[in-house]
Amino acid sequence: MSRNIMVIDTRRCVGCQDCVVACQTENDVPSGFCRDWITETARGEYPTVQLEIRSERCNHCANPPCVHCCPTGASHVHERGGVVLVTHEKCIGCKACLAACPYDARFIHPKGYADKCTFCIHRVERGQDPACVSVCPTHCMHFGDADDPLSGVSRLLATRPHHTLLPEAGTKPRIYYLT
Amino acid sequence: MIEYTTTRHNPGVDPILHLWGWEIPLYLFLGGLVAGLMILSGYHILRSRWDRDQAQGHYVTAPLLSLALLSAGMLTLFLDLEHKLQVWRLYLTFRPASPMSWGSWILLFVYPALVASALLTLAASLPRLRQRLPVLARVSESLAGHNGAVHLIGFANVVLGAMLGIYTGVLLSALGARPLWNSALLGPLFLFSGLSTGAATLHLLSHLTPRAGEGSPGFSDALASVMVNWLRPPSAQDGSRKLEQADNSFLTIELALLALFFGGLMTSTLAHQTGARLLLTGPWAAPFWVFVVGSGILLPLLLQFLQAQRRIQSTWVPALLVLGGGLALRFILVGAGQASHWSVALP
Repeated sequence: MSRNIMVIDTRRCVGCQDCVVACQTENDVPSGFCRDWITETARGEYPTVQLEIRSERCNHCANPPCVHCCPTGASHVHERGGVVLVTHEKCIGCKACLAACPYDARFIHPKGYADKCTFCIHRVERGQDPACVSVCPTHCMHFGDADDPLSGVSRLLATRPHHTLLPEAGTKPRIYYLT
Repeated sequence: MIEYTTTRHNPGVDPILHLWGWEIPLYLFLGGLVAGLMILSGYHILRSRWDRDQAQGHYVTAPLLSLALLSAGMLTLFLDLEHKLQVWRLYLTFRPASPMSWGSWILLFVYPALVASALLTLAASLPRLRQRLPVLARVSESLAGHNGAVHLIGFANVVLGAMLGIYTGVLLSALGARPLWNSALLGPLFLFSGLSTGAATLHLLSHLTPRAGEGSPGFSDALASVMVNWLRPPSAQDGSRKLEQADNSFLTIELALLALFFGGLMTSTLAHQTGARLLLTGPWAAPFWVFVVGSGILLPLLLQFLQAQRRIQSTWVPALLVLGGGLALRFILVGAGQASHWSVALP
């Protein structure tokens, strides 16, 4: 069994949005929508302000509320790597999965189905990295198998402090941010 | 100080979630109302109070009205779907973890129960149809003549009505990403709100379908009775008194459930407390306190108490207030719930 995860180094990310453009190009994301985006969180008071820049997207949770609430089974976990996907032709556009996601990572595609990041599963199945990872100019994004202790992502998590988003929501997100 | 900025700009999601407009709250209201009508009319049948010759007009009309209201609710649900042509896929699978899947299958059983209930009272509710479609009249009479069938229909209406009423709340409470909705009390709250609106509808029907020789009080009569007759001593019972008492019980339970709902949220995490404050002191506070608690629960409670005591004339004003309160509860909870959120700014 493999467990695909993404590790993003917030000390290297400059918020250039190359990952956003690469995703829109690779996945033909309609104009006005985005499957990934950049957030900036500034904490503290001058002169001791901490800034964290993150490239965010669907967290492909191990305990995905969007999959649990889907009434048709359109939202599902892919058998290889645990990636959360949506079968477009099965989706009725009820929007329950959008309301169930604590990260607001989904949107309704103009064609009527729920849409979101797929970890570029079509590229991963060919042995390539997701488009966002492959274009990152600062090499702050890493993709791999968390169940392989020798993979790059496993070694990063073993050696660097990291966090996930909203762990208190209990969704067990699979995107880790190195700090 | 924490400053959070994002480049995300997805329609319907940013800056705050606003996916569900008028369709879903209206569906939840109509679903709850039908659930209340099913439970009350099913209970009426089970208690062997159903008698074609003595049946009260409003109980006879209730199943047909329920069918119409539920169909209107289903239409609003359908209008809310973004991928409408795929709606049939709901019935290709059953997803035990999905309240929406439960709801779609419950609705499939609710319709036959309502049709059976309507058939039971068909001869009394539509005498002309009885003449034009004697086959239906024969089915109706054979159902009514079979005691076991009558009780099965009553039981099915009570059970399915309860499931439908609870499901309308669970539909929201299962969405843990919205802290305001994330309470197990939302199911019972919507059930009792549905029961109070169901009783109010029956009460309203009893005013709209008066017995021979009786007139239906108008709005001016209603206001005048509130202002002038409130000191009138109690007099003899009439058909609507029990409905008023039942509605008052449901409203009291609804008020207690609302208090417990907020108590639960306010003693939970900061996200839940922030969600509760949206209604208690935040942007939804004014409509919530005025339309849900004030004119939707407390005022009809008082009016119906005085009516039950025969201190004021029985009118349809409290029933209308209860219906308005039930509708406002759904609109406000759906709107505020979408705005409540776990903060993504804090990793």
